[in-house]
Amino acid sequence: MVAAGPRVYIDRDQTGCRSVTMTSARRILQCAVVVFAALALSGCNLLVLSPHGDIAAQQGRLIIVATVLMLLVIIPVIFLTVLFAWRYRAANKAATYKPDWDHSTQLELVIWAIPLLIIIALGAVTWISAHTLDPFRPLSRIAPGQPVPADVTPLEVEVVALDWKWLFLYPEYNVASVNEMAAPVDRPIRFKITSSTVMNAFYVPALAGMIYAMPGMQTELNAVINRAGEYEGISSNYSGHGFSHMRFRFRALDDAGFQQWIADARRSDGTLDRDSYLALEKPSEREPVGYFSSVAYGLYDAVVNRCVDPNRMCMNEMMMIDANGGLGLIGIDGLLVPSRGDLRGGPFVSAALCEIPQQLQLPWAQDFGVPRS
Amino acid sequence: MNHTLTLLTGAVSAAAVPASADVDTSTLTSLIFGRLSWNSFPFHDPIILGTFVAVAVGGIALLALITKYKLWGTLWRDWFTSIDHKKIGIMYMILGLVMLLRGFADAIMMRLHQAMAFGDNLGYLPPHHYDQIFTAHGVIMIFFVAMPLVTGLMNYLVPLQIGARDVAFPFLNNFSFWMTTAGAVLVMMSLFVGEFAMTGWLAYPPLSGAAYSPGVGVDYYIWALQIAGVGTLLSGVNLIVTIVKMRAPGMGLMQMPVFTWTALCTNVLIVVSFPVLTAVLALLTLDRYVGTNFFTSDLGGNPMMYVNLIWIWGHPEVYILILPCFGIFSEVVSALCGKRLFGYSSMVYATVCITILSYLVWLHHFFTMGSGASVNSFFGITTMIISIPTGAKIFNWLFTMYRGRIRFEVPMLWTLGFMITFVVGGMTGVLLAVPPADFVLHNSLFLVAHFHNVIIGGVVFGLFAGMTFWFPKAFGFKLDDFWGKMSFWFWFAGYWFAFTPLYVLGLMGVTRRVSHFDDPSYQIWFQIAAFGAVLIAIGIASFLICLYVSFRRREKLRDTTGDPWDARSLEWSTSSPPPDYNFAFTPIVRDNDAWWDMKRHGFVRPTSGFTRIHMPKNTAAGIILAGLSTVCGFALTWHMWPLAVLSLLAIIGYAIGHSFNYQRDYYIPVEEVRTTEDARSALIAGNGPQGVVHV
Repeated sequence: MVAAGPRVYIDRDQTGCRSVTMTSARRILQCAVVVFAALALSGCNLLVLSPHGDIAAQQGRLIIVATVLMLLVIIPVIFLTVLFAWRYRAANKAATYKPDWDHSTQLELVIWAIPLLIIIALGAVTWISAHTLDPFRPLSRIAPGQPVPADVTPLEVEVVALDWKWLFLYPEYNVASVNEMAAPVDRPIRFKITSSTVMNAFYVPALAGMIYAMPGMQTELNAVINRAGEYEGISSNYSGHGFSHMRFRFRALDDAGFQQWIADARRSDGTLDRDSYLALEKPSEREPVGYFSSVAYGLYDAVVNRCVDPNRMCMNEMMMIDANGGLGLIGIDGLLVPSRGDLRGGPFVSAALCEIPQQLQLPWAQDFGVPRS
Repeated sequence: MNHTLTLLTGAVSAAAVPASADVDTSTLTSLIFGRLSWNSFPFHDPIILGTFVAVAVGGIALLALITKYKLWGTLWRDWFTSIDHKKIGIMYMILGLVMLLRGFADAIMMRLHQAMAFGDNLGYLPPHHYDQIFTAHGVIMIFFVAMPLVTGLMNYLVPLQIGARDVAFPFLNNFSFWMTTAGAVLVMMSLFVGEFAMTGWLAYPPLSGAAYSPGVGVDYYIWALQIAGVGTLLSGVNLIVTIVKMRAPGMGLMQMPVFTWTALCTNVLIVVSFPVLTAVLALLTLDRYVGTNFFTSDLGGNPMMYVNLIWIWGHPEVYILILPCFGIFSEVVSALCGKRLFGYSSMVYATVCITILSYLVWLHHFFTMGSGASVNSFFGITTMIISIPTGAKIFNWLFTMYRGRIRFEVPMLWTLGFMITFVVGGMTGVLLAVPPADFVLHNSLFLVAHFHNVIIGGVVFGLFAGMTFWFPKAFGFKLDDFWGKMSFWFWFAGYWFAFTPLYVLGLMGVTRRVSHFDDPSYQIWFQIAAFGAVLIAIGIASFLICLYVSFRRREKLRDTTGDPWDARSLEWSTSSPPPDYNFAFTPIVRDNDAWWDMKRHGFVRPTSGFTRIHMPKNTAAGIILAGLSTVCGFALTWHMWPLAVLSLLAIIGYAIGHSFNYQRDYYIPVEEVRTTEDARSALIAGNGPQGVVHV
């Protein structure tokens, strides 16, 4: 910190911000950050304010900045409340009493302007941070001052929230795991997140903020973990009676450790094909950690499109049919009830109806069945 | 292609056959009783069974006492069928306080459970029960505690504050009250017959859909809210019309007391937002009952629509609760500081700003759904903008205190407690409006702490301030000071002990609705929170003791003046409690602190020249229609189709029948008015003149 003294505009000892003018507000802010961080590290572990991933760290810092900005008005208000209550107590006959004083244009301007100015500042912070920390936005850095190296591609992890466990697919390595995931330190991770039945939220407090996992939809999260260790991941959106134990281990490993983890997963017995997915999909609680040495081609896309059961029409196919005018009442005739996997779902459209667009020569029909590059 | 389809159709019908065969074997019993059977009664659950026994014993004792003291006739004639806004207001308050006990019982059960459910200890509530409790707690506290208490105060006060004899539609008022009660009855029934929803208080689909919540819980939720919603909406219409059309001569909009202003804005919010709740619940009902797919995951349904719609209602709802409380604080501060409210117009414009802005912020409840940065920023910034008028209000109260003569009566304590507590809740609220911060705090205990901070610190403290402030007006005696202060201090300390740990836990990454933890470092915080809940329990108990003690000491606490606080608005110009007709003569308003102005200018209460007064007549239609609605809701919940149809027909038939009732009004004879007013004159004469001139 800069030594407190009159009119210091240049920070010559170069420990703080270099050659910038330090206004007192900025100094207060910096002190506050230090105080909060100290508080976060000592005593109780305020994980949200002192996480181990760059995204969560920026989010935690934002909490502190916004709080300090607002305390600029909150603390004086609380102070004035107590002061006025004491000063103007009825017993204090020495205090001025002006029963009819009820207006002051200058004061009104001030009391509207103070919150307004703070909100303008906070609004700017909000707009910028909402864009830079948008979970869908690919990372541009892995830590402060460390841009993502040009040769590093993000690790893709496909996440499925099941009742009541987490499934992680690694398309790059063609392995999968249940209730445990691993990621190399300092390599950006790109999560694609969906759910099998109801809404959940994917949340690793040490890594980055949460995002909902929703059936038939995909959300994304870009994040990076900066320190090796084991962290807890949870579902943070209530999803039914097994919800409390819908937890997983997030293992941040060095590169060698991560390769070892992948190799161990590859040596496991189970394989994840449509049948084993449908078996896994059935509701269960406190599912032990498990690994799958291989994953059936296109399984994640089938999960997102709700057609792991081959009898079900995929949602993207149905949307294409609908976009081309739909099938009218025929669709109602083609309804089936679930007979495999989690049987609690409602009726769905039979996959057999998919033959129709091919016969109708709809534009996407040619693409059907062409494998991904 | 046709061949395939025929095969499919065949397959579907074949699949349907076993189901219909089951129906064939069913008896008349299942047609009449639907899903209800002996298994629906939770005999196996000792906690619920114990509660049931306690409630049954208490209920029977109450009924026996009413019978013993021959109160049935009075209750029926003077209360249940009354269309007097004052009595309806009081009944709303009683409903809210009774339901507060239930909602708080849920709260303290959760606190105790979370304080112990660590590691090998699974706590004492299985998930099946715990999940119902947190759902019921939210639903009850919002719909059947905060709403009746707020509506009750508005009902009681608005006509008095604007110098009217009653609300615009007195029968509708009675009907609204009983519909709200009908909803509360359905929620209470779910405790002992069947189960309540296990979905969280907003019942997000797909979890609340028929596939994942096949039981009766969500149906109880839907029908309780729909029936109560009718009451709320009609009461909103009623109060808007009352405020717009029935103000005393001279009371322009900018002469209305601030509480009336906030009541107007709140009721506008009710009328605009409750239909959205009705519609979204109706769509969910169709999904559950007739197999439509508005909010399912298949067949084109989209659960995100539900989340948007319910929050388009849900966000204005929080302002529906808080705005009247802002009004209460405004009245209390100016009365107990002996000073005009600072910045009346600024206060009014702030209220109107909040009313409008409250429609533009709903998405901040689900930034984490992934709407994208620009959409999230828009809703984040609109949310922050609301804090500007709210901040201005806080400053206005502050400068009302400035150069006032502050009397630390109990309502003023609640107000000061509010100002200190609420600003912290406002701050954490703005913090949650920053989307990237919300990504780490959403659904966490930080969020839980935030909304309890504003709802307890704002709404509950406001309601207690209001109840203590206007109690002498409604009952003719003040509340006991000592127990009132006990209640305040225990609530105040209890709030901080109960919810500060939740802020900390939220920052530790702990999320809500979890019934069991493994990390032992959380436990101490949950134990502190449980201690806070116990303090709040003492606060609630103190308030009940306060009511009892004050009733016992009522002669000592008697208010003979009608104006025990030396206050400012018109309700204080009439007697405590006011006569049925409120004002023998319609007052003329010349200042926005009408009664203060009258007192200052040496107003002399007229003691002669009375005329007969035109009044609305009591009717049993409200309680009968609401009773039938309860039956209908219960029947629909349990799929008792014949009973549902019969009760629905009965409701329609009775409502039509009632519309032919032309005997709806009567006159209070002039002799009775004179007797009442003379009695008051005598009372005042015994206690000095009322029209004190203040300098």
